Amino acid sequence: MTTTPHGAHLAELNVVTLRRPFDDPSMASFVEQLNPINAAADSAPGFVWRLVEEGSADATGLRPAGEDVVVNLSVWETQEALWDFTYRSGHLEVLRRRREWFARHVEAHLVLWWIPAGHVPSVDEALARLAALRADGPSPRAFTFSSSYTAAEAAHHLSAV
Amino acid sequence: MENIDAIAALQDPVRRRLYEYVAAQGREVGRNEAAEAAGVARTLAAHHLDKLAEVGLLDSGSRRLTGRSGPGAGRPAKVYTRAAGERSVSLPARDYRTAAELLAEAAEEAGLDTGLFASARRRGEALRGGAVPCGGFEEAMELLAARGYEPRLETGAEEATGAGSRVVRLRNCPFHAVAERFPPLVCGMNLALLEGLVGKDGPVRARMDARPGECCVVLEESKNNED
Repeated sequence: MTTTPHGAHLAELNVVTLRRPFDDPSMASFVEQLNPINAAADSAPGFVWRLVEEGSADATGLRPAGEDVVVNLSVWETQEALWDFTYRSGHLEVLRRRREWFARHVEAHLVLWWIPAGHVPSVDEALARLAALRADGPSPRAFTFSSSYTAAEAAHHLSAV
Repeated sequence: MENIDAIAALQDPVRRRLYEYVAAQGREVGRNEAAEAAGVARTLAAHHLDKLAEVGLLDSGSRRLTGRSGPGAGRPAKVYTRAAGERSVSLPARDYRTAAELLAEAAEEAGLDTGLFASARRRGEALRGGAVPCGGFEEAMELLAARGYEPRLETGAEEATGAGSRVVRLRNCPFHAVAERFPPLVCGMNLALLEGLVGKDGPVRARMDARPGECCVVLEESKNNED
């Protein structure tokens, strides 16, 4: 596992609110992309870890933020690696069609934060970071791609939830 | 007015040829190679390349072009690549970048993707002019080159599927700065624009195929047109 000079990795949580349940025909075009996109993430440069429900290939069955809210939690070596996977891979095509499947979020739906390399973030920890971003705006504790902080700037927030 | 100085540096025709050559390669270029491509002596090329680096249009570094290292590998040579930054000058001062970012931010917040994509598709069709779709890669590449996409044809590299494996990749994204801030919205707009530009049901189609360092769209031969 490679690390940044500060021994930190970048954690990312995003939440999407489904317009319809997974078994609705209008969601089929999204559901069929889950496996290939997850496989692409697993082999993307800089990928470290992603949340997977026990006995499942992904975390879509976990609904810790609401019955119709799917959470996506992963860890990356650098912000660039995460950005390239999110927006410069087959994943972008899924995002381009997001309005077909997901309800529009008024509040922030993606949060980034630094963790000590080797630490596996919990869902509670991730939701707490999202709540911090929503409450206080971007800070070294919880930020976004467009207003980001380095691992050094976030040194004091690395492990504290 | 740094930008004006940078752009003014391109007024010299030799310098401009060198800049365009280096920019088109998409990799590090040595002095000898650039001199040969521009048809000038090495010393003159070196002078102009350094001038272009000085005003910030090129980045320069040094590398052993032989690929060897250690004693006996030879002196490192100076190499050049296009600088990542953008230069634009507007007289009188206009600021469309900020306007684009504010509009994109508002569109993102309001979830206006579908409407934006429809506008972009109509604009693409209008830019093509006429109802006939693009006749082939050559015509499509000309249209895209004129709009700054820097298209290049790539053959066979994908998979060995025969005729269908030719794709046109786009080295430059004309919407780069806004696309980096609002990727799904602006890249989706870009795809719709290019779909409109090449036309429907013709021999060429546009498809999303995002990868680092390039425009998010590629052109490929339509599957329904393999005769």
